[in-house]
Formats: sequence, structure tokens, C-alpha cells
Amino acid sequence: MSYLELLKLASPETIVVITALAVLAIGLVTGRAKSTATVSTAKPTQSANETSTATGICSAVAVLGLAIAIGTVLMLPRNATLFGGMLVITPLTSLFKIICMALAFFTVLLTKSEKSLRHPGEYLALVLFATVGLMLLVGSEELLMIFIGLELLGLSLYVMTAFDKTDVRSAEAGLKYFLFGSTSSAFTLFGISLIYGMSGTTSLAAISDKLTGVSIQALLAVGIVMTLIGFAFKIAAAPFHLWAPDAYQGAPVPSAAFIASASKVGSFVVLGKIVLVGFAPVHGDAAWHAMVAGWSPVLAALAALSILVGNLVALVQSNVRRLLAYSAVAHAGYTLIGLIAGDRDGFSAALFYATIYAITLVGAFGVVAMVRRETGGDDFSNFAGLASRSPLLAGCMSVFMLSLGGIPPLAGFFGKFYLFSVALRADANHGLLWLVAVALLGSFISLYYYLMVLKAIFVDEPALAAARDVSVVPPALLPRATVAVLAAAVLLLGITPEILAARILAAVP
Amino acid sequence: MIAWTIYITFAGAVLLLLLPRAFARWIALLATIAGLALGLIALVRTPVADLAHFTTIVRVPWVPGLGMNYHLAIDGVSLTMVLVTGLSAVSTVLFSWDVEHQQNEFFFWLLLVVAGCYGVFLSADLFLFFAFYELVIVPKYFLIAVFGSTNKEYGAMKLTLYSFFGGMLVFIGILSAYVTAGSLDLNQLSQFQFSPQLQSWAFPVLFLGFAVLAGIWPLHTWAPTGHVAAPTAGSMLLAGIVMKLGSYAGLRVAMNLFPQGFQMWSKWIVFLAVVGIVYAAAVALRQRDLKFVIGYSSVSHMGFVLLGLAAATALSVSGAVLQMFSHGVIAALLFAVAGRMIYRRTHTRELDELAGMNLNRALPFAAFTFVIASAASMGIPGFSGFAAEITILIGAWRTYPLAVWITGAGMVLVAAFTLRALKQSFFGEAEPSVQLQEGRVALDPDWNEQQSITAAEKCGACLLMFTTVAVGLYPKLLLDRIMPAVEAMRFLK
Repeated sequence: MSYLELLKLASPETIVVITALAVLAIGLVTGRAKSTATVSTAKPTQSANETSTATGICSAVAVLGLAIAIGTVLMLPRNATLFGGMLVITPLTSLFKIICMALAFFTVLLTKSEKSLRHPGEYLALVLFATVGLMLLVGSEELLMIFIGLELLGLSLYVMTAFDKTDVRSAEAGLKYFLFGSTSSAFTLFGISLIYGMSGTTSLAAISDKLTGVSIQALLAVGIVMTLIGFAFKIAAAPFHLWAPDAYQGAPVPSAAFIASASKVGSFVVLGKIVLVGFAPVHGDAAWHAMVAGWSPVLAALAALSILVGNLVALVQSNVRRLLAYSAVAHAGYTLIGLIAGDRDGFSAALFYATIYAITLVGAFGVVAMVRRETGGDDFSNFAGLASRSPLLAGCMSVFMLSLGGIPPLAGFFGKFYLFSVALRADANHGLLWLVAVALLGSFISLYYYLMVLKAIFVDEPALAAARDVSVVPPALLPRATVAVLAAAVLLLGITPEILAARILAAVP
Repeated sequence: MIAWTIYITFAGAVLLLLLPRAFARWIALLATIAGLALGLIALVRTPVADLAHFTTIVRVPWVPGLGMNYHLAIDGVSLTMVLVTGLSAVSTVLFSWDVEHQQNEFFFWLLLVVAGCYGVFLSADLFLFFAFYELVIVPKYFLIAVFGSTNKEYGAMKLTLYSFFGGMLVFIGILSAYVTAGSLDLNQLSQFQFSPQLQSWAFPVLFLGFAVLAGIWPLHTWAPTGHVAAPTAGSMLLAGIVMKLGSYAGLRVAMNLFPQGFQMWSKWIVFLAVVGIVYAAAVALRQRDLKFVIGYSSVSHMGFVLLGLAAATALSVSGAVLQMFSHGVIAALLFAVAGRMIYRRTHTRELDELAGMNLNRALPFAAFTFVIASAASMGIPGFSGFAAEITILIGAWRTYPLAVWITGAGMVLVAAFTLRALKQSFFGEAEPSVQLQEGRVALDPDWNEQQSITAAEKCGACLLMFTTVAVGLYPKLLLDRIMPAVEAMRFLK
């Protein structure tokens, strides 16, 4: 093992880190100049212009770096293992590194529409560091490394959430997210240490070997449950979802988009690996009449609760970002069903669902960012009349909302069909039918609030104040194009889901 | 070639988004006429023998990993439904000729509904079928919530939620069939032997899900409010074809896949159908709003369809399919008169107010149309409604004579409310206070300019009237194609 080879195999991560440092440096140079200018001359328009140039340069560099890193992933060997699983390269890790970087890529593009970011360099560097955390998380089959990845991701996200210093809700959201997140990290670490104590190893494959034939005893049960609780925080499954509404609503929009998309996909990949590879021998059974202790009944309870709580609470929201947060709780529940179903099909259905969900949410937050920019808020009343102000955004938002609701021919419909059919097939006797029925009931409920968003956009009359502001703000072309591309992707993945589903299925071991 | 009905209609919808407003209604008209023409060509050109079983037209692998195919097929039942879709679509566009606001958007949603319906009627793959089925629901919401009238947001949301509730039940039923049989091909599934235990719960779930859309009592309440809230075009499409999606799907999917489950539950369906026929007719008798009368009459007539399906003889099921066709035409005609011809000129649908206007002199063409439509709706011989309902009742006599007795009594109620509506709307006692002339209603000063019935309205009405008379006089044209296809279905054996 030479360092050269390590550098070669970890080149995508390295490139992203270098990009992050470069962006930080650029931000430092341009940002400092700008802040002195603001203080001395007090010309807001000029400083705004300078900020937007700085944002432009920084995001161009970040986008370029991510694109190069994606290219590098494609050139890596198909399979490699370093340090006993600390860094692995498999088709699955490569695919999801690409997906995570692509989501980060779109998040960076959305950053342009955010006015409140006074230090774009630092912000974008944090996005990139979070991306590195995700890549480490995805590309490891070893508990310690996974924990390090989680922490790198988490710490970057806490700061990203609290980044808007002009908004007190951003600070509140950041603090809440930090407190919940660090507690959950403690849970995970405790769980991991118990698992280590039982098996004497931190490599997932070795843990699986050690656990084979072991009956579930108190120590193991506590270890498993603690580990799962940590991840339940990360994916915002009820009852560990309490940070999500505030974080989604208070954070700067690109941060919320990143938390909802890339962070979620990465967490599902690694959660899937832990339960399906590491804890495979203690699967248990979540069938209605034949529950067997293991991790799957725990996840099933989390999934059912998430679906019900998320959807029911979302019904009464009047803020679109809060609504998306509660719907995210419900979607985490749907996705868990795939993991509960187990095997290769279940994992790939869950990953497919998580991926299209992430794409949809980045797009939805993109629309939210634009509406916020034009009307200064993101309540239903701010969305009223969007159809006449901007047919493009209205059309894109309806694609995203309907896809989340599972309406054909959009990606969400196929995702749900795939997920639920796999879950029903997993048990010879339709054992998971109860969970599928709960999920379908939940998605029926969810259609009501997605339709309420569309009703605001297409049917409601705009408030006068909202209509007046529109002409003041010049339209942001790049974020608009980004949103349109994402909407097209959601439609395309609904019509030809094979292009992604087959790739994921082939990549899952 | 019949598959092009779907593509042309979707292409029309996409074009509407791209082209300026001036072309909107022409694109919509051309797309729908093309659909109708394709249906008619298929009716003439396809040999009757080929329509006896569900013959594949297109079959392309879609998601091979999950066994999904883009698979379209046709038999006599599908062809009949495609025809009624085409007829309703063309007349709907003609009756929406002067939509003022957001024309492109209006026709976009309208064509999406039509295209989705074509898709449902032609799908032979369960996933494809369900995709089209769910696709229809959202455009309906927008059509009503944006362009509707009375209480539109409530009506639209109620209708949509009922539809999605049905869709949820259907989803469970479809998944259970797919997972058990491992196939999504309707022809293969209808050969598969599902266990009686599965059928006993999967059939009612699936059938009930479909029946929500067909307006089965007591889940019918979305239909009257939805019809009233919808713009005329929306009501015509809803009553004309969307309600038929439910009954068609119940026949094609639920009954065909789970014949034993169907036998276990058929008497309950008969019970609900008969209650629906009588109850809805009785409620219609007491309505003051003309559209509510027609809305409840739709529920009552759909009860006949469900009765015909549940009676499960070749004759009754064929009658049910014919009734789907016939009611599609008649309901469209009734709604066109009430929503367009009358409401647009008088700005009221209240029967009490209409009674004072003596509309038969002001709007003679509308009066004529409404008389024809009412006669067809009541089941006067010579119109399609009679041919369909008598076939259902004769067919059902063998299996459920009591139901036929009760339904026969219920038909008196149907005649009663139809005559009441007819008399009050067009032939009320004239009050001397309102001065009326030929082609003029002097009620609303703003509307005096364009009072006479337009050419587009006349074309649409004549198309529908001609169809109901033609099929009424020569039902063999359709029955010859429906019967063999129905006889080939599994649940009859």
C-alpha cells in the first residue's frame, strides 16, 4: 500500500477538498474587500453587486471542481478495498458518490438566488466539506470511518443551517439541529461501541460473521437500537424528526435543499449497508402476525410512525418549507420500507426512491428560493398567483409536488410502485401488507396537502403586496434553468425509470 | 393504428403549451376529431372476429426488470369505450368553443383527461393501466378548480380526494395481483389461478376502488357536487367518460382477475347498485338546480351499469357496456344543454327561475335537444338508453329477478324526475313580466348580444343526438362487437 495508490483511489475526495480550499481562499479575498466597503461607504447596491460577483466566481469554481471530481470517479477502478474496508470502491459507492456530488452541484447552482449569504466563499466551502463527508460515508464499510464521515457531514450542515446571520430563525434552526444532531451522534457512537464490544471488530463484513448464529441478547439489542436511533435522527424519521421542520424552514434555502437531498441519500446508503451487511444475521421479521426480534421490526415501527405523523402534521401547515419538512418525515418512512423488505431488490428500491426524492426536493427548494426572492416569504400566500407570474416555475413546482404525491407519469409514481411491490413480495404470505397499507393510506393523505400547494399556485388570487414586488427583482436565469432541468429529470425518470433503476440494481451487491 | 388516439391527444396537449392562444381551440378540435376518426376507422375496418378477445396492438418492453411492458390491446369492449371517448371529446371541445380565459391551459387539461381515458381503455398491462388511470385525476382537479363555477374549490377537492381514495384501494389490489402472479400482463393474469383466500379480500378492495369512480352508492357523493362545480366541459367529460373508467376497470381488471372473489361478492354489488338507482332517482326528484338533477341522474344510470356487471350473464354485461356508451353520450348532451345552452344565456340553473322564462320559445333548438336527451335518458324506445337498459334487465332477470323488479319500479322515478326537469326548465308557465323574443332572453342586459345558439353548439348537439338515435335504432352495430368479447371473459365460465 503506497500513499500514491491511496491518493489515486481517494482522488475524487481530494479534488473536492482542494476545491473547497480554493473557494475558501477566493471568498476570503473578495469577501474581505466587500465587507470593508460596506462599512466605510455604505452603498448597499454596490456591495450587493460585489457580493454577487464573489458568489459567481466562487460557485463557478465549486461547480467546476465537482464536475472534475465526478469525472474522476468514472475513471476509478471498479472494485478496490483499502485498510480493511475503511475506503472501498464498488459500483455502488461510485454511483452514489456521483449522485451525491450531482446533488451538491445543483445545490451550488441554487446558491446564486440566495441574497442573504454575505460570505459566499465560506458557505460554498462548507457545502463542499459536507459533500466530502458524504463521500466518505458512502465509500466506507467500516464503522469508525462511517462515524467520521457522519461527523464531518453533520458539523458542516450545522453551520450551513445557521449561516444566515440576518435571520433569527436561521440561528434557532442551527442550534436545534446542532443539539439534536450531536445527541444523535452520541447515540450512534454508543451503539457502535457496544457492537464493537460484542464482535471485536468495526468492519461490517466481519461484524456480520461474528453475529451469525448469535441470539439476540440485551447488549446486542441495545447496540442495534442505539445505532438505529442515530440514523433515525439523520433521516428525520419520527419520533426523532423534531429538528427537521425548523431546519427546513429557518435555514438558508440551499442548506435546506442539501439537508433534504444529498444528506438523506447518503444516510440511506450507509444505513442500508449497516443493516443489510453488518446486521444481516439479526434481520428479524416485521410480518404482521409473525414478528421476530431483530432490526426490521424496529425500522418497521419507525416507518409506520413516520408515515402517519409526517403526513398528518403536514396537513395543517401553511408554510411550504415546513410542509416539505413534514412530508420528508413521511418519505423517510416510505424509504425505510425498502430496507425492511431486505434483500437486493429492497435495497435498490429504497435507494431509487431516495434518489428521486432527493432530485425532487432540490428542485422544489429551488422554486421556494425563487419565490422567496421575489415575494420575500414562503408561505402559501406567497405562492398565490405564481402561475400567472411565472408559468415555468408553476409548472416545475407542480411536477415536483405531483411526483412527491406519486402521480404518473412522474418519477415518484414508479418509485412508490417499485418500493411497495418489493415490500409485498419480500414475504411469501404478504407479511408486510400492513406496512404497505399504512404507506398507501399515508400517500393518499399526502395528496391533499400537495394539492393545497398547487391550489395556491394555480387557483388562489395573489395578495397585492406580493404582486407589487415582482418587478423590482430581476429574474435569476441560472437557478430557473436549474429548476427546469430538475423538473425534466423527474419527468424523464418517470417515463423511463429503467435508466436509473437498472443501474442501481446492478450496483447493489 | 388505434394506439395513435393516445399519441395524437397527448401531442395536442403538448402543442397547446407551446403555441399561442389563437390556435388553442383548433388544435384541441383537430386532436379530438382525429381521435374519433381513428375510433371510427377501427370500428369499420377491424373484422368482428378480431374483437372477440383482447388482441395486442403494441407491445414494447418498458421496465424489463419488473416485467412492465408498454402493452396496448383492443377488443369489442375497449373499442366501444374508445368510441364514446372520441364522441364526448369532440362535443366537449365544441361546447367549450368560447372559453374566455386561459384557453391554452383549459384545453391542455381537457386533452390530458381525454388522452388518459384512451390510455386506460387500451392498456393491457396493469402498471400502464394504473398509470393512465391515476393520470386522469389531477387534470380534472385543475379543470374544475380553475375553470369551474358554483363552489368550485370544494367540489374539485372532494372529487379529487374520492378519486385518490379509490386509487389507493386499487393500488393495493393491483400490487397483490402482481406480487402473487409475478406478471403485469392482463391476458396472462386473467389465466392465472389466484387462491380463493386472496380473491376473497383482493376483489372487494379492487372493485370498490374502481366503483368509487363509477359512482357506486354510498360513495357517489363526489359526483353531483363535482358535476355542479365543473365547467360544462368538465361535467361532460366526467359524466361522459371518467365515470366509465371505474366501471370499465371493474369489468376488465377486478372481475376478470378474481372471478371467485366476484362470485362471493356479486350479490352485495347488486344490492348497492339497486339502492343507488332508486336512491339517486328519488334525490334527483327533489333537486332545484338543473345540474344537480342531471348529476344524480348520472349516479342512477351508472347504477344500471353496476347492476349489469354484477348480474354476470353475457347479456347483462354486454348491456352494461352498451349502457356505458349510451350514458356517455346522453349525459354529455344533458350537461351541454344545462351548463352551456341554458346557463350561459340565463345565468341561472334554478328550476324555479327557469320555469318563469318560457325558454322553449327563446331557445327552440336547446328545447329540442333537451327533449331528445330527456327521452333518451328516460329510456324511450328508439334511443340508445332503452336498448342498453332493456338488455341489462333481460340479462339480469335470470340471476337476480328481485333486483329487476325493484329497478323497474325505480325507472318510474327516473322518468318522473326527467319529466319534471324538462317541464320546469323549458315548458314552464310564462310569466308576463319577462318579455321574450325568438332567440333572445331579456334577463341579463350584458348578454343580449350573443343569445342565439352558436354553430359550434349545434354541431356538438347534433353529433350526440345522431349517435344516441343511431345506436338506439341499430344497437347490433355495437352489441355484435361487445358480446363476443364479453363471452370470452373468464368470470362467465
